[in-house]
Amino acid sequence: MEYILIIISAVLVNNVVLAQFLGVCPFLGVSGKINTSLGMGMAVVFVMSLANLATFLIQNFVLVPLNIEFMRTITFIFVIAFLVQVVEIILKKMAPPLYQALGIYLPLITTNCAVLGIALLAVQKDYSLIMSVVYAASIAVGFTLALILMAGIREQLSLADTPKTMQGFPLSLITAGLLSLAFMGFSGIVK
Amino acid sequence: MANLKYFTNGLLKENPTFVLVLGTCPTLAVTTTAINGIGMGAATTFVLVCSNLIIALLKNFIPDKVRIAAFIVVIATFVTIVDLVMKAYTPDLYKALGIFIPLIVVNCIILGRAEAFAQKNKVWPSVLDGIGMGIGFTLAITLLACIREVLGNGSIFNLRLMSENASTILVFVLPPGAFVTYGLLIAVVNRLKAKLNI
Repeated sequence: MEYILIIISAVLVNNVVLAQFLGVCPFLGVSGKINTSLGMGMAVVFVMSLANLATFLIQNFVLVPLNIEFMRTITFIFVIAFLVQVVEIILKKMAPPLYQALGIYLPLITTNCAVLGIALLAVQKDYSLIMSVVYAASIAVGFTLALILMAGIREQLSLADTPKTMQGFPLSLITAGLLSLAFMGFSGIVK
Repeated sequence: MANLKYFTNGLLKENPTFVLVLGTCPTLAVTTTAINGIGMGAATTFVLVCSNLIIALLKNFIPDKVRIAAFIVVIATFVTIVDLVMKAYTPDLYKALGIFIPLIVVNCIILGRAEAFAQKNKVWPSVLDGIGMGIGFTLAITLLACIREVLGNGSIFNLRLMSENASTILVFVLPPGAFVTYGLLIAVVNRLKAKLNI
């Protein structure tokens, strides 16, 4: 039951982009087309789950025993950057089709503040190992959902005749605002 | 005098928030009250100036291949300093900004300026660039925060403008208000730039 609550809360109620404002840069940057959004989303699910697994182990078996928790930010950002590189190399060797699909999105993920943010939040919330990974995966699914919805709207919007000053970022941000308003309808499902 | 343009560059022409649209996450997340906006701006400015200074000093010693990793170490060090100082001296602000203080590490403005400016320029211009960009960022997010606080909460810098019972447009302090206000502000800046031919 606890896991179901975590999943619903992470995907819909506290959507990472639309309610928590993490990962807004790739959300605005990549959400031009539905196909690329899906690729990016998959890569984020993969990396975010792995990153939470790795940071959980480091937090509990290195930082806490050595009493150097103030090093958390530096260590985590390095682990994430390292992880992205390793995943890229392994995928290239072991699973070329998957690499073809996700490859170009992987380097972009290091600069995705959602990955670091969620790793830090999971530590703050004192989740167990499995809960932490489930949490990361569902947050990433929520990110993908927001990205795809946004891409769908923007594909239509690109055909519309819009005022020149509103083109680009202003219109994307206002669209995101309306999406966020829609997602607020989910609040209250989970406390 | 020639150095002045490094400083003013970040204020309007290449304003990180309204023109370059970098660092959108903290811009949207912490601007519920004007005080939070200024706090976040000050913290980011400190990290930006210090990292620009150190990177400009070390640029000849950092091997090109590992420069991004080296930049991140420098930035993360200053972020940790800010994190600990704010925790000790401004606990309320620290609580309000929460996760977004450690996340200054991944603020693209800072890494962007290190990569695009500090590693190619002398120390003094880099510091000025950091100060200009930092102030530009602070002014922009404080403006956004003021609008949201006045409309959504009926107050500014925690001073009440309306009576406690007056109904405000609550949506402006909620997430959707952040997106919409930010979008409209960029549109206004676009319009101004087109009018003034900047």
